[in-house]
Amino acid sequence: MIRIEARGSQSLAWKIGLPIISAILALILAAIPLTLAGAPILDSYAQMFSGVFGSKFAFSEMLTRATPLIFTGLAAALAFRGKLWNIGAEGQLYLGAMAAAAIGTGVFDVSGMILIPTIILFGCAAGAFGMIVPATLKIRFGADEVVTTLLLNFIIIIFLQYMLEGPLKDPMGLGWPQSSPILDQGMLPKVMDRMRIHYGLIIALLCAAFAQFMLVRSVWGFKLRAVGENMNAARHAGIPVNRSLLMVAALSGALAGLAGVSEVAGLKGYLTADLSPGFGYTGIVVAMLAGLSPAGVVIAALFIASVFVGADSMSRAMGVSSYLADLVVATALLCVLLGGFLSRYKIITGVSQSGGK
Amino acid sequence: MFDILQILLSESFWSASLRIATPLIFGVLGALLCEKSGVLNLGIEGIFVAGAMVGWMAVWLGAGLWGAVLAAALAGALFGLLHGILTVPLGLSQHVSGLAITLFASSLSYFSYRTALPTVSSPPRIGPFQPLDIPILSDLPFIGPVLFQQTALTFLALFCVFLVWYVLNKTALGVAIKAVGDNPNSVDAQGLSVYGLRIGAVMAGSALMALGGAFLTMSAFDAFFFGMVNGRGWICIALVIFASWRPGKALLGAILFGAFDALQVRLQTEVGAFVPSQVFLAAPYILSIFALVIAARRAEYPRALLTPWFKGQR
Amino acid sequence: MNSNKVLSLKNLSKTFGSVKANENVSLDLHRGEILALLGENGAGKTTLMNMLFGHYMPDSGRIEVADDAGHFSDLVLGHPQAAIAAGIGMVHQHFTLAENLDAVDNIMLGAEPLTRMRRNRHEAEKKINALMENSGLSTPLDVPAGRLTVGERQRVEILKALYRNVRILVLDEPTAVLTPQEADTLFENIATMAAEGLAVIFISHKLREVLAFSHRIAVLRLGKNVGEMATSEADEQKIARMMVGSETSLPIRQAATTGAPVLHLEALSVVGRGRRDSLKAVNLTVLGGEILGIAGVSGNGQAALAGVLSGMMTPEAGKIILNNEEVSQIDPAQMIAKGVGRIPEDRHRDGIIGSMSVAENMIIEGVDGHRFQKNGLLKRENITEHAKALSVEYDVRGPGIAAPAQLLSGGNIQKLILARVFDKKPLLILANQPTRGLDMGAAADVARRLIEARSRGAGIVLISEDLDEILRLADRILVIHDGEFAETHTRDRAELGLLMAGQAA
Repeated sequence: MIRIEARGSQSLAWKIGLPIISAILALILAAIPLTLAGAPILDSYAQMFSGVFGSKFAFSEMLTRATPLIFTGLAAALAFRGKLWNIGAEGQLYLGAMAAAAIGTGVFDVSGMILIPTIILFGCAAGAFGMIVPATLKIRFGADEVVTTLLLNFIIIIFLQYMLEGPLKDPMGLGWPQSSPILDQGMLPKVMDRMRIHYGLIIALLCAAFAQFMLVRSVWGFKLRAVGENMNAARHAGIPVNRSLLMVAALSGALAGLAGVSEVAGLKGYLTADLSPGFGYTGIVVAMLAGLSPAGVVIAALFIASVFVGADSMSRAMGVSSYLADLVVATALLCVLLGGFLSRYKIITGVSQSGGK
Repeated sequence: MFDILQILLSESFWSASLRIATPLIFGVLGALLCEKSGVLNLGIEGIFVAGAMVGWMAVWLGAGLWGAVLAAALAGALFGLLHGILTVPLGLSQHVSGLAITLFASSLSYFSYRTALPTVSSPPRIGPFQPLDIPILSDLPFIGPVLFQQTALTFLALFCVFLVWYVLNKTALGVAIKAVGDNPNSVDAQGLSVYGLRIGAVMAGSALMALGGAFLTMSAFDAFFFGMVNGRGWICIALVIFASWRPGKALLGAILFGAFDALQVRLQTEVGAFVPSQVFLAAPYILSIFALVIAARRAEYPRALLTPWFKGQR
Repeated sequence: MNSNKVLSLKNLSKTFGSVKANENVSLDLHRGEILALLGENGAGKTTLMNMLFGHYMPDSGRIEVADDAGHFSDLVLGHPQAAIAAGIGMVHQHFTLAENLDAVDNIMLGAEPLTRMRRNRHEAEKKINALMENSGLSTPLDVPAGRLTVGERQRVEILKALYRNVRILVLDEPTAVLTPQEADTLFENIATMAAEGLAVIFISHKLREVLAFSHRIAVLRLGKNVGEMATSEADEQKIARMMVGSETSLPIRQAATTGAPVLHLEALSVVGRGRRDSLKAVNLTVLGGEILGIAGVSGNGQAALAGVLSGMMTPEAGKIILNNEEVSQIDPAQMIAKGVGRIPEDRHRDGIIGSMSVAENMIIEGVDGHRFQKNGLLKRENITEHAKALSVEYDVRGPGIAAPAQLLSGGNIQKLILARVFDKKPLLILANQPTRGLDMGAAADVARRLIEARSRGAGIVLISEDLDEILRLADRILVIHDGEFAETHTRDRAELGLLMAGQAA
């Protein structure tokens, strides 16, 4: 006899501890595929660890990798808080990146003080647009945003290919489908010399702090939570549900767009079709690991980035496929789902005593 | 205009339409079965990948074609079991669990493929299903080339349309599945297992999805590529709404979709000089969104879709 | 008598968390007997029946059932299949029909093995027709259950049990959704079936029908069986005292002094979800200081009326005039701003946000006001103060104002909503099924608050399916049927029942 019973309320320790346990469990479970791939387990883990914490440069690489994940993680966390299933961060990221490439590669040759904010503004707007469209389709026609955002990802990537072969193509690019480089003054400054960390990270951290503050302390956040937790009751209480949804859609899309801006104008310096190795999708895992809390997103993004950077370094050294990182990330999501269940419910097992005296 | 008419009347066009439609038929049927029982399965995209990989890998390892099909279906059912456990007795978010399954199934497939074949540069090929050449029938005008240039998997897909229709409408099991997707209490009150029915339906549906993937590596192509599923799973999720959860309409939707896809390839060769090829590439996705927008308002979702049910909580 | 015994519950106990839902309950049932199981909400009636039917596993105790030959054996507990096999059938208060299936499919569901590849609907239809003939319960067979009326659905539920050859039938609050006439017909049918040997337990808290139709009465209070008696020896006072344990005084309605009209509806038409659940060019006036009771069987336009007054639905045509001012744009925020207090029918769905705190739920309709925010930021101290004050004034009990609202009991959730609504001193109050599912104490509290608001001069629209509640509280009664109102001065149940069924009295 197995029964499931809700726990009264969750303690803070549960809320914080669970994702950490899930993350560690996912890493431990990675031993299975590692064994199957014939790699020495302990050496592989050591290699993974030193790939992140082994040197100042390695650590800075991890931070660089975490930057877009904080943006896409925030995009997913805010949208999911409002029960708006934005699975389209990948597409919105590319919209932001395209806007950055369109604005930053020489259309306006102005000083950095003007150019950088302009790039950011347009990147945000492009990303926001990418989520407002499916949100509108949901509100007006009831079209499920999960499916529309997923399909839009494909459409946007095809559109990107068109742009890179046409309007945005670098005439000096030797025929490669890539954009012209962003003007020097349009690039986000580096945080440290000889490292790739850029101010995108600072912006991401500010966004996370701001989102956390707004969610907990502002009327806007109050309404967003209300709409997300119980749309009917929120509507009944006079909260403008549709406006709330559109607002969070715009915000979520803008954050995803910022991820694209930060990658193009912070890291790469130009736009290619392989800018994102799935940052948009990984952002969903980040958000879930973070329990949809903006502050948690930062920590979760650091963890996931460590997995990717560590696994990259390990796979080079050990000859194990780097898809291991994706596998660990997917396993972490499954673990945190299960963990979230255990924090909300307890499973009671007991022998059924038919007709006990 | 005349050109389009000519294309629409050609045998090769309809033959291609049916071929393109086949994986979608499997996928839509699978999604339909899951959703009829009340469970959205966004694991579909990853299960497609897993089906494609397992089917291909089984043949590559020396299994017979049908053995490989069985292996793919089994792999799909296993991922379905995982999704079923997470969403049915545990009642976790079907959205998130489905996405987790997609990430998990596709990364596991890619990892296994890379681990088995670390160094190849061009994907190794297998001997795929061949078109069924049936004497006399294959020689029929029009019908012959359209139907009998297909492989056995296409026929399996068509048979599955009938099978799913029959089970849902004519058997006690099917009625119970429809009931559990509408009101789980109706099933529970009669002493039937809500969990059993839902997990079973999700497993069967996921097995069908995996067959859609297997068709890609074992019939449409003869190798496994990264990114070969390319959103087909998501398209199926849109199509099932368009098809109002009816197997017959699902077949129709998939074939219409296949026809449109086949048409755009042909149009591309006609007008490719004037229109960027990306317009045609994006067409299937745009079409899917369009279908969803049209169908969404009048769609009668299974009432209990997305709603977890816990025993003893009514 | 003993030889006629068909069922014996022995010392059943069941605990949920810290709540003893049932404690050593024993009960016997005989062939052909109609037993009324009475008790307040939360007294443990439904839990007891769910244990009988195998939905819940008892913590201790056992159940004995007689077979056809009269031999008793232990029922395997916790398994609905075992209960069904033993000839026990249950009609739940919330129907358990699949609305996408017709009556035949619903009735056959679970009655045939799932492995059956070819169903014999024809055979089943014959048997169902025979059952309908014998019992007098009739319903269309080939229409999806979602399109049947409430009464028809209930008949399908009973037929479902009869189809399985039940010898013991449990009905959980069978008349809650029926007109008085429909209820009478149902009990006549039950009497017919009982005369043929069916043993019936029905759960109710309507003393009138219990006294009229049962043979024997058992009363549960706080999970215990506190007494049984033959119906012939019972009267209302006696039963009520047993149910409550002490005398509770129901609030007494006194003549009211009415004021100016607070609400006019003029030729208002609303298209609702169902065919019948719309409003057809209705007119309505509510005066300040009166409680206007809207009586009727659910699904006759109540949802549309409540929808418009709460701002959740937009009318097709007609005018809404609040306090001599036409409301042009109808949405919840407007209605709140214009002084309408809304107590929603489904308090869990529309009334509270379960995972947010009690304090947050108390300000959810007023979060934009200067009292609770400044420059878009929440004034958390004011919110806490406010919640503390309201909790005391409205006696909201639970694990505290910072705890999620979903942890409150049903009665306390309703008090939370009342606190939120009445605190704003609304001039019009829409109370939609305000006491449904509450125990007597909480229900009396709600009634007292409504009467207080009336005395203060508010106009109240009270929508209820419980005719007794309407008769008790309303100063004026309108009967709603098929989207239209019929004003009546009668307080006679039979006449009201005819109006509710759409027949002019």
